[in-house]
Amino acid sequence: MILAENISKIFGGIRAVDNISFEVKQGSTMVLLGTSGCGKTTTLKMLNRLIAASSGNIQIDGKDIFRIKPELLRRSIGYVSQNNGLFPHFTVAENIAVVPKLLKWDKSKTLSRTNELLHQLRLPPEQFANKYPDELSGGQKQRISLARALISNPDVLLMDEPFGALDPITRAGIRKEFLELPELKRKTIVLVTHDVQEAFELGDHICLMDKGKIIQSGTPQELIFKPAGAFTKNFFSHQKLQLELSALKLDTIWEKLPVDESGAKAEIDSKDSFWQAMEILSDKTIPQILVGHESMPILKTASLSDLQNAYRLIKQTT
Amino acid sequence: MEQQQNLWQFVIQQSDKLWDQTLAHIGLTCISLLIAVAVGLPLGIWIARKKKAAWIVLGIAGVLQTIPSIALLGFMIPLLGIGSLPAVAALFLYALLPIIRNTYTGISGVDAAVTESARAMGMSSWQVLVHVELPLAMPVLLAGIRTATVINVGVATLAAYIAAGGLGEFIFGGIALNNTNMILAGAIPAALLAILLDFLLSLVQKANLRKMRKIVVLLPVLLLLFSSFYIFPYAKQEILGGFTPEFMGREDGYLGLRSKYELKIPTVVISDAVMYKAAFEGKIDVISGYSTDGRLKAYDLVTLNDDKTIFPPYQAAPLIRQEALVQFPDLEPALNLLSGKISDSVMTDLNYRVDYLKQLPEKVALDFLMENGMYKPPRNGNAGTIRLGSKIFAEQYILINIYKMLIEGNTDLKVTTRTGLGGTKICFDALTNNEIDLYPEYTGTGLLVILQPQKKVLAQITGSRIGVYNYVQKEFQKQYKLSWLKPIGFNNAYALMMRRGQAQQLGIRSISDLKKYADGAGIKQQ
Repeated sequence: MILAENISKIFGGIRAVDNISFEVKQGSTMVLLGTSGCGKTTTLKMLNRLIAASSGNIQIDGKDIFRIKPELLRRSIGYVSQNNGLFPHFTVAENIAVVPKLLKWDKSKTLSRTNELLHQLRLPPEQFANKYPDELSGGQKQRISLARALISNPDVLLMDEPFGALDPITRAGIRKEFLELPELKRKTIVLVTHDVQEAFELGDHICLMDKGKIIQSGTPQELIFKPAGAFTKNFFSHQKLQLELSALKLDTIWEKLPVDESGAKAEIDSKDSFWQAMEILSDKTIPQILVGHESMPILKTASLSDLQNAYRLIKQTT
Repeated sequence: MEQQQNLWQFVIQQSDKLWDQTLAHIGLTCISLLIAVAVGLPLGIWIARKKKAAWIVLGIAGVLQTIPSIALLGFMIPLLGIGSLPAVAALFLYALLPIIRNTYTGISGVDAAVTESARAMGMSSWQVLVHVELPLAMPVLLAGIRTATVINVGVATLAAYIAAGGLGEFIFGGIALNNTNMILAGAIPAALLAILLDFLLSLVQKANLRKMRKIVVLLPVLLLLFSSFYIFPYAKQEILGGFTPEFMGREDGYLGLRSKYELKIPTVVISDAVMYKAAFEGKIDVISGYSTDGRLKAYDLVTLNDDKTIFPPYQAAPLIRQEALVQFPDLEPALNLLSGKISDSVMTDLNYRVDYLKQLPEKVALDFLMENGMYKPPRNGNAGTIRLGSKIFAEQYILINIYKMLIEGNTDLKVTTRTGLGGTKICFDALTNNEIDLYPEYTGTGLLVILQPQKKVLAQITGSRIGVYNYVQKEFQKQYKLSWLKPIGFNNAYALMMRRGQAQQLGIRSISDLKKYADGAGIKQQ
């Protein structure tokens, strides 16, 4: 859990971050969203003291981070940056082993954990462990960067535009992989991005920032359906319909959907969005989709008109 | 073919000396490089962190770099004396700029994303420096060390001027003595050394970025190893000779001292520019001075009596191309105006004014002509141009200034000067290659350095001023179409000199006394 209270950062008289507060719950993902220069990266870097906060309090798992030596603090927090930051003179395995070395792990422990992560990230160790970063593609580098951040199994992960340097197709692919990675589901994550779509896809909670302040914070659904002011409204106006559909989860209409008893396999999970369901539907000949649920052993069917009606209803009530 | 054989013979014959000089050269280069890395590397790292300090540090190092190397050595002498210490200090200063600048550039050039991620993973700033920044900056840093190495191998030849040894001893000795084999025996190893060290470092530099972590450790070890070659060239001796490169190779010099007097004292090679002061300060005890040098008086040095006559007469006279005399008939009478006018004591006094009172040679020349009623204002004529050359010491500067005024006052000729030609051979070559028309030379030098006659001939004439003058006059005319005009009057002989106090205390008046004392001291030491 991360708790930031009234933190500010002043660079030469300019308030890059201006007295903001937020909380990130254990195991959830918070997105700091905004245009460049809004203070979102500065805010992120204050959390692991790469940038010293000018004022305010920050606690991680109940501990005041200013009482911990910065090096020790950082070893306990995973960090992934936009430009991967891999050491060009280290192999993939050596890059991943940086933090274990600092923590003085023994070699066999480091090795088995490295192999585990490389397998999860679909980079077979026997093929990749001894390669150097300049022999990898952009997407592979970013995955190694993630492995490096996850190696010591930190509770907290900070990500600064982790997909920013990738082309749109690679980005979409890796984003999906990240969502499915079991390692990441338990982590408390703070992610910085300027990509609205990415924020809606990955964030449990979004802080929309501008000029060093948090303009609005809430779930994606709250931000898109209940904008607190003109700034929020304008920020999302560009791709409003898609964002709205991305923010709505099938969970919201689960109760009203008819049960399916055909015994077929689920095509989508109730935690997924209307948008994802419609994407699948648009490719199908039958206008129905099978929805599964994490904690219920039943399947339900949803049709395009179910989704449309629900969407219209929600729009009317907000 | 014969030339090569001769060079090879010289190398074989002098192989001990050559080996010593090469080791000293490597040692000088590597010690200074090691210190420069030890100082420049942290400084470069520091200014990469504090960009505000960068311009001032790089500025100072840059200014040091622009000081001519011989001048830098000159600056070192009042501070550090002579020998290896000032040489290492000067070389260190030369190596500093490329090392600081490349460290700075290398560290600044490391991708900020990489250092940030290093810090973000919890590396301390020391760990970031050692494991990330230095290895990544290493190719640039090594390029700096390479530059510094090549510079230092070159500049280290000049160390011979201040008694620090190295291959410069052969190079400058050879230039002074008109001995091509000797020059090459010093210059070729120096060039090979530069190429070899540069090549070795280029291998290191081209080694894969990935191996840079090992090089960080390996490099200082290697430098230390090379530095250990350099055993500081001399220990404190009972009596130490400091002779110019030219003196070391001349029959009327060290060779004569060895053969005729059988004098055996430890010696170092040193430039005459600093020799007198070094003797005065007690850094060396016996020097090869010139009898009319002004510093003799200033530093209270005494001349040892040449009781076995190894030094021939050295009457000063203008040495001139015959063509010039034919082309400009006015010239000879104008130059001869000075003949017989400057005695030994007058010349010593004129030299004293320049060497010690720091008056300009032009002023001393003008004063001399005024005092003797010989000055005439320049006619600003346009009948042609005479090119005067001089060797690189005060007496020659004064003489050519006097000649310039005499020529311009008594003829319609114009005069240009090329001063500071670094030795007998350089002046002589300039003259025979028609780059200058005349320079003041000494009969004994012409005899022994240029003509190098048989021992039989030498024995007949060495004792007599007239005999030597007539001989060189005749032979130069015949062999080189050069003329010796009438002698100026004084005799600037080579002489061994000591501090007056020490000479009196040890009871040394002649070179034979010195030999006796040196042999006695030698027995005592054993």
